[in-house]
Amino acid sequence: MSDTQSHSAILADRLEGWNRPTAIVPQNEGELLEVAMGPHHPSTHGVFRMDVALDGERVIRLRPVFGYLHRNHEKIAEGISYLASMPYTDRLDYICPITNNWAYALAVEKLTGQAVPERAEYLRVILGELTRYQNHASSIGFLIQEMGASGTPLMYAYREREKILDLFEELTGARMMVNYMRFGGCRVDASQGWLERTRKVVAGLAGFADEFDRLLSTNEILMARTQGVGVLRPELAVNAGVTGPMLRASSVNYDIRKVDGYGIYSRFNFRVPLGDHGDVYDRYMIRVLEMRESIKILEQALKEIQPGPVMDPKAKIRGLRPKAGEAYGRIEAPKGELGFYLISDGGPNPYRYRVRPPSLINLTVLEDMCLGVNVADVVLIFGSVDIVLGEVDR
Amino acid sequence: MKTVEEIKSAIEAAVPGAPVEIAPNPNPALPHSLRVAPECALAVAKFLRDDEELKLDFLSNVTGVDWPESLEAVYHLYSVEKKHGPVIIRMHTVNRTDQVELPSLTPIWRSAEFQEREIFDLYGIVFTGHPDLRRLLMWEGFKDHPMRKDYREPDDFEYEPTAHDEVLKRAQANQAVAAGQKESGAGA
Repeated sequence: MSDTQSHSAILADRLEGWNRPTAIVPQNEGELLEVAMGPHHPSTHGVFRMDVALDGERVIRLRPVFGYLHRNHEKIAEGISYLASMPYTDRLDYICPITNNWAYALAVEKLTGQAVPERAEYLRVILGELTRYQNHASSIGFLIQEMGASGTPLMYAYREREKILDLFEELTGARMMVNYMRFGGCRVDASQGWLERTRKVVAGLAGFADEFDRLLSTNEILMARTQGVGVLRPELAVNAGVTGPMLRASSVNYDIRKVDGYGIYSRFNFRVPLGDHGDVYDRYMIRVLEMRESIKILEQALKEIQPGPVMDPKAKIRGLRPKAGEAYGRIEAPKGELGFYLISDGGPNPYRYRVRPPSLINLTVLEDMCLGVNVADVVLIFGSVDIVLGEVDR
Repeated sequence: MKTVEEIKSAIEAAVPGAPVEIAPNPNPALPHSLRVAPECALAVAKFLRDDEELKLDFLSNVTGVDWPESLEAVYHLYSVEKKHGPVIIRMHTVNRTDQVELPSLTPIWRSAEFQEREIFDLYGIVFTGHPDLRRLLMWEGFKDHPMRKDYREPDDFEYEPTAHDEVLKRAQANQAVAAGQKESGAGA
């Protein structure tokens, strides 16, 4: 096949519409290639494939291919009780199991109208913000790792993550598969000693953020590789349903913690950092700034938390049969809007159970950001989206 | 934000002849949704996105539901600009077997792109006007729609015909022929 023929084949395969990327006209810079990046490429954070068409080094088409980790979580959840899905939500975004628990608990609580005791709300916020902190730290670590800085920043991030996972382990019994929240509260109460140790860890987090910041934020190589790369326009970001740090890096002020004020987030004083350019560097910077805001929330929550019950005493956990109805509960997970949509027909298991995965929907704009860039930057842009395949494929 | 009733009358004023009805949530404490007729869904969606007061510019969640008589697509809309929501719209197919087309809302909200592909994959709703309607999670060549309530999984997902099957079939055929010859030989 000659070059021109395969070009026209690739261009004919293009998708049309006002919010679609404009076609890249090949300049015949080099050989025309179609490359399958993944599913076992180390930069794909799991098993994910991008079918990339290249003109020399430049990307002229990119198609994400999903499903390598698909196990139909939703179907399984429709066949088991409400409670039995709780440990399974840990496996969605396995970097941040606490927030998965929270979103699911929130959706079921909306469905049943259960109240959550105050101490449980505080514990949820504390654990949720610790989760956000370690997620952002390790996602930056992975991003820098993919840029070629082998190891150091990632190991720094993991050193900090380890301290947070130790806290999770002490409280919930597991480092990652926590299975901690219940409908109407939390499974176990935190001891005074645990809170003290958490305060100690939180006091050290700011120092780590400073160190991380000093090491990376003005690093010449990082700036050269990321500034102006993978720009996402705000109107496209909103239209494509992009959420989380990626949306805010494109200077759209939308944080569900502020908008919905779910749980007790309206009590805390924190800012929503916004980016200016929507490039990879802004996405990096937003995560650093959000880590600092998380520390603020953690300090306030750890100061205000009062003794009390952590479960609604009237809550029915086993054999829960919510009244018929449907509810959509969403939270600001570290990666974006994580939502659970439940339909109950009054039976012991949900009639419909749906996870709205932020990672999958944030990938909608991957091609838009990657067209025209060099293939080495695809790895960076993809890394800056921050996905976990357990959630993308469910 | 406007109530569901007010949104219903606003849609009816803006898109004349659009049959919109309120689909009550069985639990009255939770928000009700709007059932839109598929033939005017694109016009209604465009109005909801562009209307100055509603500005539902952010489509959060799209999902399918398998009901006994029909398949349903549910859309959760929010407004990033006005910071309100959700407004829930839903569409029904005529039945579950041969008339399963619904209009795609991907031209209005791009976030529907992968989610509608997922519904097509797992529920078998065909979204007309979708720019790239392929299976999302299951592999190409997979036949059924696993999220349907009456889905029966095959004995072996991994099974695919291999050369060995052909060899086996040929061997069986040859054996049958040989057996036939033997019988006829024995008869003669």
